[in-house]
Amino acid sequence: MSAGTQPSGGLDFEGWTCPLPLRHTPNVVMGHGGGGAMSAELVESLFVPGYGEAAATELGDAAVLPPVEGRLAFSTDSYVVKPMFFPGGSIGDLAVNGTVNDLAMVGARPLYLSTAYIVAEGTPMEQLGRVAEAVGRAALAAGVRLVTGDTKVVDHGSGDGVYINTAGVGVVPEGVELAASRMRPGDRVIVSGAIGVHGVAVMSCREGLEFGTTVESDSAALHGLVADVLATGGDVRVMRDPTRGGVSATLNELASASGTGVVLDERLLPVPAEVRDACGLLGLDPLQVANEGKLVAVVAAEDTDRVLKTMCAHPLGAEATVIGEVVADHPGVVVARTGIGGTRVMDMPIGEQLPRIC
Amino acid sequence: MKYLDEFSDPDLARALLDQIHEATTGQWALMEVCGGQTHSIIRHGIDQLLPDGIEMIHGPGCPVCVTPLAVIDKALEIARRPEVIFCSFGDMLRVPGSRDDLFTIKSQGGDVRVVYSPLDALRIAQDEPEREVVFFGIGFETTAPANAMAVHQARRLGVGNFSLLVSHVLVPPAIEAIMESPSCRVQGFLAAGHVCSVMGTSEYPPLAQRYQVPIVVTGFEPLDLLEGIRRTVVQLEEGRHEVENAYPRAVPAEGNPAAKAMLEDVFEVTDRTWRGIGEIPRSGWRLSPRYADFDAERRFSVEGIDTAESAICRSGEVLQGLIKPPQCEAFGRECTPRNPLGATMVSSEGACAAYYAYRRLDLVEAG
Repeated sequence: MSAGTQPSGGLDFEGWTCPLPLRHTPNVVMGHGGGGAMSAELVESLFVPGYGEAAATELGDAAVLPPVEGRLAFSTDSYVVKPMFFPGGSIGDLAVNGTVNDLAMVGARPLYLSTAYIVAEGTPMEQLGRVAEAVGRAALAAGVRLVTGDTKVVDHGSGDGVYINTAGVGVVPEGVELAASRMRPGDRVIVSGAIGVHGVAVMSCREGLEFGTTVESDSAALHGLVADVLATGGDVRVMRDPTRGGVSATLNELASASGTGVVLDERLLPVPAEVRDACGLLGLDPLQVANEGKLVAVVAAEDTDRVLKTMCAHPLGAEATVIGEVVADHPGVVVARTGIGGTRVMDMPIGEQLPRIC
Repeated sequence: MKYLDEFSDPDLARALLDQIHEATTGQWALMEVCGGQTHSIIRHGIDQLLPDGIEMIHGPGCPVCVTPLAVIDKALEIARRPEVIFCSFGDMLRVPGSRDDLFTIKSQGGDVRVVYSPLDALRIAQDEPEREVVFFGIGFETTAPANAMAVHQARRLGVGNFSLLVSHVLVPPAIEAIMESPSCRVQGFLAAGHVCSVMGTSEYPPLAQRYQVPIVVTGFEPLDLLEGIRRTVVQLEEGRHEVENAYPRAVPAEGNPAAKAMLEDVFEVTDRTWRGIGEIPRSGWRLSPRYADFDAERRFSVEGIDTAESAICRSGEVLQGLIKPPQCEAFGRECTPRNPLGATMVSSEGACAAYYAYRRLDLVEAG
């Protein structure tokens, strides 16, 4: 059956093929994920130009990569943020920076990314194009190559806009060993800048929750900052990027994995006024709100000044500060000293943060 | 935002604490009525900094916690229906009914949405006229005006596909019930500042007189709470029992006349069951007959649902200030925020959840 003709009478399943949908559609249709001409068109006319210089010359099913010196780091993450576009970024930036940061947190220099899209039927082509451009820009800025990818389209109602999975490969320099098991009592906990910014930026434009704020997402690739920190030669025990669950979840994970306790001083936490106010209104704890361009580093006490100075000299670490220390007491538990001198246990957030009723 | 920094100032907090320590000679049991105050006291560690002579008893002022199981089950029954968009404040989603919670209903395909205002739910009803939009209208005098406004607007605009599942409760009858209890230990109250910002302070002098207790209208930031505690202790030490307003920046004596007029129009006083406490006469609001068409219980015929509470959960005693959360045998064992048996463990304003979240260290250290 050729394009545009209507079936006359019953379907002939023997020789039946899907009628080729309209090629010049303003929205994504099922055919764009079918692996045929429309899929190829999508790659050639949308992803390749969108990715620009960050794309490999051939975006095949598999990439053949040159040999590398050193240990490989490999990571994957999926991105489903809603809305797809928010102040200061989009799902495209997150999909690159998130996986780059996961590699960076083990000390790796990120090299290659794959990008796989699951797109809901009916998603405006223009939105997918903007996402692809954001992916390309972020990859270029991070110095990683986009070497292979995939696109699937799901029925209207089975998905929502664009979901992206990225997997990344990087190489870990000789001598770099970052692990929670290396944490020791007396170590200092550093955060690389203002916390809670990304989560508040996304919430500020979520449907039904819109509120005015000047906060923009902090989405950024952190491997440059990590490289500078490692180059100091200071004893960095472990690094993490406090994304979902915020600084609270990260520190709880570290305390639990290392068998040490962590004590924070709430007065030292870099919480911007807008974040604190938005969290106050929504009944959320800034420590549990997501970040996308910050890292938490646990550093040997004697090397803290050196590491902090280096971080502060980097544009992504200008507001880095010590927020607490590792202790032998209460293993696995994170305790915060409150502003007025009390203490509280800072628990791992359970699931989604639930806004309080009043 | 002004008032956050100013009312958390560590030096001023220290000064107030010194005054409280200086003033306290006796043993006093104070109740903060509102769950928001409980949260703030535990969150900032205020109770750890008070003199040994002062005990803070956590009151029944968490709207999520006192909403009876039967009402939750009614909500779940309504939310399950395919034609319904069930809108709620976020806190209520994890509150367990007798079988499920709203999260479970949502995962099973129920259209459950978190909103920040009942007026958002009304807007959804206008946008989707073919669906039935129900808002879960719970809470104290604080959340009631906005709910009243939503119903009032729905009637005025003829939005027939909007309704309210109402379980509003009132603070003064709860104070009365606590004072009438034979096991009552409370000697002074921090009244809930935001309730008074709506209703004013006129309901409290008769209570202070009848039960000979000081009642101090108190806010929510650390300095507000310390000032409320200080004033209550000073009254107790001097043998006075008066109503004082320590939150004048939000509470005028007459309250908010526009909100009160709206409440009077939409609601009428009714007996209410409080989870863990039981029925308190004339302690809540229901929709007045003029607005009966907007009553979700009637519209979805769920009036008959009546569920008994968990047998091992002692949230009722916690809510009445008879025990502290860790004194419940299930606390931190069978009952945790991840697997809550009672509502006081569910809401972040619930006393059990606040103890679990912020005080687990004491329990860890105690083994």
